[in-house]
Amino acid sequence: MRDGTRLGFILLLTPLVLWLTLLIFIPHVDMFLVSLRERVGVGQYDTSLANYHTFLTEPLYLWTFLRTAVMSVVATVITLLIAFPVSYYIAKIAKGRLQSTLFLMCLIPFYVSELVRTFGWMILLRETGIVSNLLQWAGLADQPVEMLYNDAAIMIGLVYTSMLFMVVPLVTTLESLDDAVIEAGYDLGGNAWSVTREIVIPHAAPGIVSGSIVVFMLSLGNYLTPTMLGGKDSLWFTELIYSQFIVRFNWELGAAFGFMLLFLSSIIVWGMLKLTGQTLEKTMG
Amino acid sequence: MTLDATPDLTCTDLTKRFGDVRAVDNVSFTVPAGSFFSILGPSGCGKTTIMRMIAGFLEPTSGDISIKGRSVLNVPPNKRPVNMVFQHLALFPMMNIAENIGYGLRRRGMGKSEITTKVGDALERIGLPDIGTRKVDELSGGQKQRVAIARCMVLEPDVLLLDEPLGALDLKLREHMKVELKALQAAFDTTFVYITHDQSEALVMSDQIAVMNQGVFEQVGTARDLYYRPDTAFVAGFVGEANRWRGAITRIQSGEIEMQTPEGLTLRGTMTGTAPAIGQQADMFLRPEAINLAADTDGLGGAQNVLSGVVTSLLFNGAASRIIVREAQTGADIEVTLPQSGAFASLSKGDGVHLGWQAAQANCFAAGEA
Amino acid sequence: MIPSIPQSRSLRALYGAYIALFFLYLALPLSVVAGFAFNDSQFPSLPWEGFTWDWFFGDTRPKIGVFHERPILRAIGTSAFIALMVSILSVAVGLSNAFLFNRYDFRGKGVLYVLMLLPLVIPGIVLGISILVFSSTVANAAWDAAQIDIEALRPGLVLVILGQFSFITTIATLVISARLQKFDRTLEEAALNLGAGRLTAVRTITLPYLMPAVIGAVVVAFLMSFENFNTTLMLVGSDAPLTVAMFDRLKEGSTPLLNAVSLLLMLGSSLLALAMIAFQRKK
Repeated sequence: MRDGTRLGFILLLTPLVLWLTLLIFIPHVDMFLVSLRERVGVGQYDTSLANYHTFLTEPLYLWTFLRTAVMSVVATVITLLIAFPVSYYIAKIAKGRLQSTLFLMCLIPFYVSELVRTFGWMILLRETGIVSNLLQWAGLADQPVEMLYNDAAIMIGLVYTSMLFMVVPLVTTLESLDDAVIEAGYDLGGNAWSVTREIVIPHAAPGIVSGSIVVFMLSLGNYLTPTMLGGKDSLWFTELIYSQFIVRFNWELGAAFGFMLLFLSSIIVWGMLKLTGQTLEKTMG
Repeated sequence: MTLDATPDLTCTDLTKRFGDVRAVDNVSFTVPAGSFFSILGPSGCGKTTIMRMIAGFLEPTSGDISIKGRSVLNVPPNKRPVNMVFQHLALFPMMNIAENIGYGLRRRGMGKSEITTKVGDALERIGLPDIGTRKVDELSGGQKQRVAIARCMVLEPDVLLLDEPLGALDLKLREHMKVELKALQAAFDTTFVYITHDQSEALVMSDQIAVMNQGVFEQVGTARDLYYRPDTAFVAGFVGEANRWRGAITRIQSGEIEMQTPEGLTLRGTMTGTAPAIGQQADMFLRPEAINLAADTDGLGGAQNVLSGVVTSLLFNGAASRIIVREAQTGADIEVTLPQSGAFASLSKGDGVHLGWQAAQANCFAAGEA
Repeated sequence: MIPSIPQSRSLRALYGAYIALFFLYLALPLSVVAGFAFNDSQFPSLPWEGFTWDWFFGDTRPKIGVFHERPILRAIGTSAFIALMVSILSVAVGLSNAFLFNRYDFRGKGVLYVLMLLPLVIPGIVLGISILVFSSTVANAAWDAAQIDIEALRPGLVLVILGQFSFITTIATLVISARLQKFDRTLEEAALNLGAGRLTAVRTITLPYLMPAVIGAVVVAFLMSFENFNTTLMLVGSDAPLTVAMFDRLKEGSTPLLNAVSLLLMLGSSLLALAMIAFQRKK
């Protein structure tokens, strides 16, 4: 490299390296180190796996952890199933103005804070809420119905909150599928089912994977939706982290929880990428 | 080639309107079994619309399409006995070559081993026996072309539709594929319907060509018919190269007319169709190779048209070399093909030449909007 | 499937109905939030007690409107300040990253690119606590070593900004890279050929070309920062940004005041988003 470009290279490299080391890499290493500390006296610590031992032996922690993982997977699958036909419609069936309007209508709600969206669901679902009133008015219920504070409410909120992150990658990949390829599938004797299975879905695979990864991550790391729609007993793993850090001030255990969450999400993302033969660069970049 | 009585494809009064636009206007034609039929026309003439109606991707506004004598109007595209080679081929990038070719067979529920055999045969036939496990984007343009055809041919369709499949290839490969397509058609003995805007593709490969313009067929015939005996001014101008003049008719005599251009040239040609009255406008088309070139007027024999002028450009192009001659009286430019004999090989810019041709070689049409 | 493939009328109608239902689902929560901002009642729920502007402009208890509610106004100000800082920082670094990955080939580039993407797949709350833990480690070390209390490293504005910056930068990088990749390098070469220096060529040719993406990245970064909750919650100090302030109120029970704030948020962010889209269309 010439001197000029070498200087430029270093100038461009520095912010990237500073950002990744100081805000991503070292904090996570430090968090890991803290999670290995065991408080043995005032201001005295030993290195041990005690926090992880606590995590594994306390059924509530483990149960919450697994529950969060399973619910997040379910939320991802539901989001995918709901979003796929919609994305297909936007990408392949709607044309011109309708297409851009529909796409924009998908985007706009998500420029609004998640808090507002969740608040909306609270107004709809609570005992004095719209749905309850509607059911009574229609004669389907004879007293107010509480629809908040259960797993279904959490699921509705998670799916709603993540929808955009599934729709956008799906629309983008499906749009790049040439109509002629679908026509060729029919021309050679395919029908809606076989064309979808053998042509549309394989083509959309990168979009499906990247959408699923993001939705899964957002669900797993979500705090607001489970807390507000699931109520006190919602048992979401992020709530445990929050309470260890902020309420109980037990950072050591909280850091171990944080690390477990990170571990779980990395494993699932990695597994999803391996399973579909995709790479992080391709699906995210 | 077997020509049985029922044609493979018949279109009757086929019409397609998009809003007020008649993309295809009352077109009828038949394609005999085993022949190579081309639809030639400029872009936007409606040829793609016809092809998509035959394939089933567009519904005709009116008219009928029948294949082997049976109407297919109510048959969805995946059930029609026609297959299509798409403009950009539309090979499935998510499958390898063998899976691409076997796709239609799998749809028919054929057994795995039988599919493998058939796909192997097809690959053999297109001369690419070892590419089955390759990916689509690992093939060259010409190989993709052949795979796209094989993918259709394993299904043994009654009619194969080809939508300008050579458009994406470079010139050299295109020349090669023309010959190869014709050979493949003979080898598979299947009816090909080919659409293109490239006249040389149509002229080289086809048994029959339909020239299409603004939604209607201007003329259907063999390559020779279109070239030497165009029915309309559009065909004369679109197929092959031609010098073109417009002028007022000054004399009509048993099919031959004499006309005068605004610049003052007097020209004689043969009228196609009924001649308009004297004083009306006519268009004359004259092929550059129909013009005789001579150093002096004696060399032109008794040509009915004789002009003289000066060479202004030499357009060297091997066997198809031409010169542009500026006519002495009026300054009009005329393109003339240099004779193959090499007699004028030493001709250079500024040389004076004489031009001559018979009235029978210049086709005239009543001036229309074409 | 696609319009060119014939399909039965009932199937098409069914599909259309599904799409309509989907958009109803999208619109429902936001419309009820907006609607109840005008309910003349203490609670954002039925029955409808009549239309009022009080939740925006009211100045007497119990109906104090947004524009007279100091804590909320202050929280909006805090959020806007954080969002501004985060968008400036992350777009600056994002721009630098985009050029680095687009223009240089070096050993470890692939690895670095994957590392750059990682913040997207780290849960926000984990990003928050890791920065919290590290900053307090540093602050404690500074105290132990020299009795200096570094206020900036305690939960508060600086940490919130750093926490949000840590993942929004990835998004800014991706947005800008996407456009830089489409840039025709020969344009820059033409500028060099016409006598521009290397930096001048970038300034006069490449940066104007990147402008729509840069503006887009600023808007996206601003909105993401404004509505961020998870990372912020772990790092917040005494002056809470809007989302955290609203969350605290919501836990105590909601009044239509929150609907009014939400409606303003919706209007603000959709206007910003639409303006950005319009700007990019024009380009």
